[in-house]
Order: sequence, then C-alpha cells, then structure tokens
Amino acid sequence: MPQILTGDGTKTWMLRDRKSQFTRWGAWMIGTIIFLWCWKQISDATTWFFVWDAPRIAADIGGRAIPPRWSYMEKLWEPLWDTLNIATLGTFFALLMAVPVAFLAARNTTPSALLIRPIALLIIVSTRSINSLIWALLLVAILGPGVFAGMIAIAIRSIGFCAKLLYEAIEEIDTKQVEAITATGASRWQVMAYGIVPQIMPAFAGIAVFRWDINIRESTVLGLVGAGGIGLQLKGSLDTLAWPQVTLILIVIFGTVIISEWISAKVRGAII
Amino acid sequence: MLHLQQLSKTYKTGDKALNDVTLEVPGGQVLALIGPSGAGKSTLIRCINRLVEPTSGNVILDGQNITKLGAHGLRKMRRRMGMIFQEYALVERLTVMENVLSGRLGYVGFWRSYFRKYPQTDVDEAYRLLDRVGLLEMADKRADELSGGQRQRVGIARALIQDPALLLVDEPTASLDPKTSRQIMRLICELCRERDLAAIINIHDVKLAQMFVQRVIGLTKGVVQFDGPPEGLTEEVLTRIYGEEDWKETIEKIEEEDEAET
Repeated sequence: MPQILTGDGTKTWMLRDRKSQFTRWGAWMIGTIIFLWCWKQISDATTWFFVWDAPRIAADIGGRAIPPRWSYMEKLWEPLWDTLNIATLGTFFALLMAVPVAFLAARNTTPSALLIRPIALLIIVSTRSINSLIWALLLVAILGPGVFAGMIAIAIRSIGFCAKLLYEAIEEIDTKQVEAITATGASRWQVMAYGIVPQIMPAFAGIAVFRWDINIRESTVLGLVGAGGIGLQLKGSLDTLAWPQVTLILIVIFGTVIISEWISAKVRGAII
Repeated sequence: MLHLQQLSKTYKTGDKALNDVTLEVPGGQVLALIGPSGAGKSTLIRCINRLVEPTSGNVILDGQNITKLGAHGLRKMRRRMGMIFQEYALVERLTVMENVLSGRLGYVGFWRSYFRKYPQTDVDEAYRLLDRVGLLEMADKRADELSGGQRQRVGIARALIQDPALLLVDEPTASLDPKTSRQIMRLICELCRERDLAAIINIHDVKLAQMFVQRVIGLTKGVVQFDGPPEGLTEEVLTRIYGEEDWKETIEKIEEEDEAET
C-alpha cells in the first residue's frame, strides 16, 4: 500500500511502504556482512609480502620482456596457422554435429519429447559443462599430442553451445509459415527445408561466426596442454623464461583475436 | 463435393470449438463463414485439411473420407485443398517465386524441391499465376520486401498452383486496409469463378462477405446458427450470431453501397 493518507487529507505516494523498505535495508545489511567476512577469509589466506612485492616483480619482468623479439616471428607463422585451423575445423565439425542435436532437442521438431529430447539435452549439457582445456587434456592422453586432439576438443566443447542456441532459435520460429507449407501437402522433410530452415538461417550463421570467434581465443591456449597451436610456443617460452618471446606471442594472439572479432562482426552485420 | 458430417473438435483444455457441424458445399460455391472471435471458424477450416485433428465426425471430399486417411493419403489430399492465411504465412526469407513454387511441394520429390529444380510446367504455371495476380515483375524479390496486399496475392498464387478443387481461406483481409481488402476478396472470388473452385472464406467483416459471396454461414460457439444467402442476414440473424448490438447501421450501409455501385 504505497498510497498513504496523511492527517490533512492529502494523498502522498511512495514507491515502497515501510515494511518492504525495512526488508530491503536488511537484505543489503546481510549482503555487506557476508562480503566483509569473505574479504577477511581471503585476506588471512594471502601472503601479503608477495602482494606488496608484486609491482617490483612485474616491473622487472616487464623490463625483461621489452622489446619483443621480432625475429621469433618466423617460428610463429606455422603454429598460428595451426591455431586458425583448429578453431575453424573445430567449429565446422561442431556445427555438423550440433544441427541434428538441435533438431532433436527443439520441442517443435523432436521426434519424441519423452525419450529423444532428454538425450539431446544431455548431450548439450555434458559437452558444454567441460572446458575445452580439460577436453584437450583428455584427448591428448587418448589421441596423443597434436593439432588433431585440439581440433576434436574444440569441436566437442562447441557442440553444446551451438546446439543450445540453435534449438532455441528453432523453438522461436513462426509456426504459421510451417503450417502453410504443411497445408500444401509437403512431406516432413520438405516442411523442414521450406518452413523451418529459411527461418533459422540467420541464427545459424550468427551462431557459427560467434562460436568461431570464441574458438580462436580458446585454441590459442590449447597448446599449453600439448594440443597444438600457438599455445605450445607460449608454454615453451614461459618455461624457459624467454620473456621477449612471450611478449611477441601475446601481441600475435591479441592481433589474431581482434581480426577474428572484426570478421565475425562484419559477417553478422551482413546477415542481419 | 465437400461434406462435413457431425464434425466436432474439443481441445485438450476442454474448449468445445466445434459442435456437431454438418455442412454440404457443392462444387464451385464460394461461401463465407462469419461469427464472433472464438466461434470456431479457424478450427473448422483447419479440421478440413487436418492441420487440426477433429475429435469426431467425417470430412468427405470428392467421396474420400479425409479423416480416415493415413499420412501419405493425407498429403495427397492436401494438394486438392489450397489454403490462404490471415497474415499471409509466406516464408519470409524466400523469394516470391520460391513461395509460389512451394505450392507444388506435394507433387515433387524432396531433392527436386531442395535444389529448386521444379518441372518446367510448374515454372510456367507459376509465371502465369504471378501475371494473373499482377506480380510478375516481383518474382525475384524476397517475400518480406512486399506490402501486405502484394503478399496476400503471393499467398493466393501459392494456393492456386496446387491445382486445388477447394480453397480454404482464413481471414484473408484481416491485416489489410479497406481498399486492399476489397481487391483481395474480389480477386479470390474471380479466380474461384474462373477455375470453378469452391471456397470457404472465414471473415470478420460482414459487409465485405455480403458483397462477394453467394452463401453465408454464421457460426457461434461451434454451432451453425445461420445458413443462407447474404440477403438473409437480418438484424435478428446478426443478433443471433454475434449477440445484442445495433445492427441497423451495418445492414443499411450495404444497401447504400450496392446502389452506388450499380
């Protein structure tokens, strides 16, 4: 009852009454206490000497890392190419598997909501829940180190992401267009090709470039666990304390990510 | 040609949309289905081509019982029934030509339709129909670039290329302005006459219905309340269909317009 009648008969208006105001104040109070308590816990577990020392160490490493060792670039072209391949092929295979999963998971296209839909959803959740770095660790153990393991890791990790966005797009289509195609006497597959696919095409293309863009970033670190690409060089340089090489690699990764983001923004702009 | 026998539809929610509707439509007859929103007009047409499964009753087209058909038989039967929709229901991202040709999906195989390799006779017919509805130069435009009236013309072409015996028309003018509404209604009725098609037209606009059709059916709460010529829509009948309201205006205006046109 935000409306209050005061003594002289005028109606005043407040957003919240006294009780809900008090509840809100209490909630903020509890939140603040929790925050301060957590801060205390973290603070106790921190060796503050190292933290106070951090600026000096950072400056020291920074000093060693500059200038970047530009001549190292000739050894980076190949791993960079590998990284792009891991991302691109990984995205491609992910999409190949995500499309059927998405159609099986979408409420309006699944053949069986009781049996098949839960399986498709399980695939989506399980592939999404494990980070690509962990997939890569597993796959390096199974397939041996190299680009192939990285590509499969990226592909598996991306299935859930792509399938989830795609099945949401399928569920949001305009059913009238589907109805109209069905009414012509079209078969189940024709309804899919004419009534559904044209409607989800923009979403599909958007998802593909978006995931490709993410995968470029993810594939730069896969080398850390031996799954190929530029991360392998990064790990080698870090392990040997070759700071000027690390700087160069970071610059290259930065450049690649910017370019991939620019491309995906352009492509998405062209579609919508 | 088309017989509906005691057609009933009860939705899962318990709503009785159609209640024992029995109707006979002779070949070549254009009839209007009027009634308040929620009277079951849309359900009735969708039960005929089984976009909605009727709960009980029979739909018989040219001696074949549609309600008893299996998936394959139903597909073949749907080719005989062209459907035109309220909001056009074109595939927005496909071209006008693709939309028109999609009316042939019941006749061509999957891969031919997927690669848009329709038989030349279909393509010829598509051009002829686009010319007839006045959209020949729009063939390669995307459907979402067209205006409402133009889209509905594409929808009409798509229904006609099926080579149907019957048109099921669901509120064809509900999203159009008054002038375009008349043009679209006139076009539908002309085409029905040219090709000797029967048509069931759901329509809100009583006046518009009276202007164009030979027979009017009034539906209220899934029950046929009126079945007769448009002149039979008296004040008393409209009250029976729609409920209490001042209907004099509606009826008088028609007569004036009729005089003006003749």
